[in-house]
Amino acid sequence: MPDFGFSLSKSSSVSLDSLDLGLYGELERLEPGVKTCMACGSCSAACTASVWSGMSVRKLILNLQRGKDVEKMLGSCMLCGKCSMVCPRGINTRHLILSLCRIYKKQ
Amino acid sequence: MQNRNILIIGGGIAGMEAAGQLLRLGWEPVIVEKNERLGGHVAKWYKLFPDMMSAADLVQTLTDGIKEATVYLKTRVASMNRLKDGYSVVLSNGVSLQCSAVLIASGFHLFDAAKKEEYGYGVYDHVITNADLEAWFGGAPDNRVPANPGQVAFVHCVGSRDLKAGNAQCSKVCCMTAIKQAIEFKERFPGAQVWCFYMDLRLFGKKYEDFYINAQKDFGVHFVRGRVSEVSEDIDGRVVLKAEDTLAGLPVKLRADLLVLMSGMLCNSDTAALASMVRTEVDSDGFLRSRDNIYRINESRREGVFFAGACTGSKTVPETVAEARAAALDIHNYLNGNA
Repeated sequence: MPDFGFSLSKSSSVSLDSLDLGLYGELERLEPGVKTCMACGSCSAACTASVWSGMSVRKLILNLQRGKDVEKMLGSCMLCGKCSMVCPRGINTRHLILSLCRIYKKQ
Repeated sequence: MQNRNILIIGGGIAGMEAAGQLLRLGWEPVIVEKNERLGGHVAKWYKLFPDMMSAADLVQTLTDGIKEATVYLKTRVASMNRLKDGYSVVLSNGVSLQCSAVLIASGFHLFDAAKKEEYGYGVYDHVITNADLEAWFGGAPDNRVPANPGQVAFVHCVGSRDLKAGNAQCSKVCCMTAIKQAIEFKERFPGAQVWCFYMDLRLFGKKYEDFYINAQKDFGVHFVRGRVSEVSEDIDGRVVLKAEDTLAGLPVKLRADLLVLMSGMLCNSDTAALASMVRTEVDSDGFLRSRDNIYRINESRREGVFFAGACTGSKTVPETVAEARAAALDIHNYLNGNA
């Protein structure tokens, strides 16, 4: 394509009916508890890494549900497990992160 | 001798339950119902949360309890005049009667979803309301519901929590109704993807939260926090929804085969006329004003006039039934001079 000196930015809109949920589906199988997340944000508020890295298990889960890649965020987790202690739905978030690491390692 | 007649305006579940209780307390209830059958909205419903009880069974139970009551169908109250001890009433069918007390159980009507033009109810082929879906669950044919839907969207808060739609109130039962209907939908179409677009999920009642968790865990219902801003139709006749996923901070788009609008509860339009007949007040939310909203919800500010059910605000079925019983006892005590 010729260079016109400008470009168009990609739409940030997410099409819910054509999501690639392969990653999330695999996580659901390993960690069925992830389905019960109600996005309260307790995990992010308790997270020791969030203040300097933007780490948030809530965002991680939501991004997966919207078909997005989360590998970069995963690297910020220090596996301290505080998020598991505060989750009101009893999701083993620390284990969830380890499972996700395993999924990425397999790929 | 004291007049034993009690006028009950409205033959929905509130009016029916109150009539049944008043009969047992020795009074003679007279039900005036504008439609051609008793049971109100519940008679048109399929299953009731949280026990998934058959709505028809409940209406039958209530009907069995009022065999000795006088019932006027397809009738309205034409006028009411205060007497020394009671009311003189003229009905639209020409009957006039005197009664010792009046129970207003005139209920609610569902917000007309066509007024939210951006959702295309009555315009697009596959847009229905919660009431339409419930009728379809109950066996009424509806060709707006596709044979094998792939994507289905529920929009919460249609005509409720919406100042521009003229109703600032939360209709409170629709969150739970949406989740109940989403689950029923998944039971019929396990392959369908069901999306609920909500502003807040208000699941206040016994077992409601269990429904929410089950919808997520066992039925894979998707929840998106964000109000659908506009709906259009694509060339294949599917509805295209636009909303913001406010948790992700991203715009989202969904092509759906069916859109279900959760219409909220509003006070019946003829309630204001009834209120003026007995000179009682309408509250700022459009519903009838109780003596207070804590201890005397069943009492109007006018002597001998009582309320039951959704004429004073959105109510669930069990709340309505409980209020009807309370109102019957209030009337009984009032007429026995124990109030």
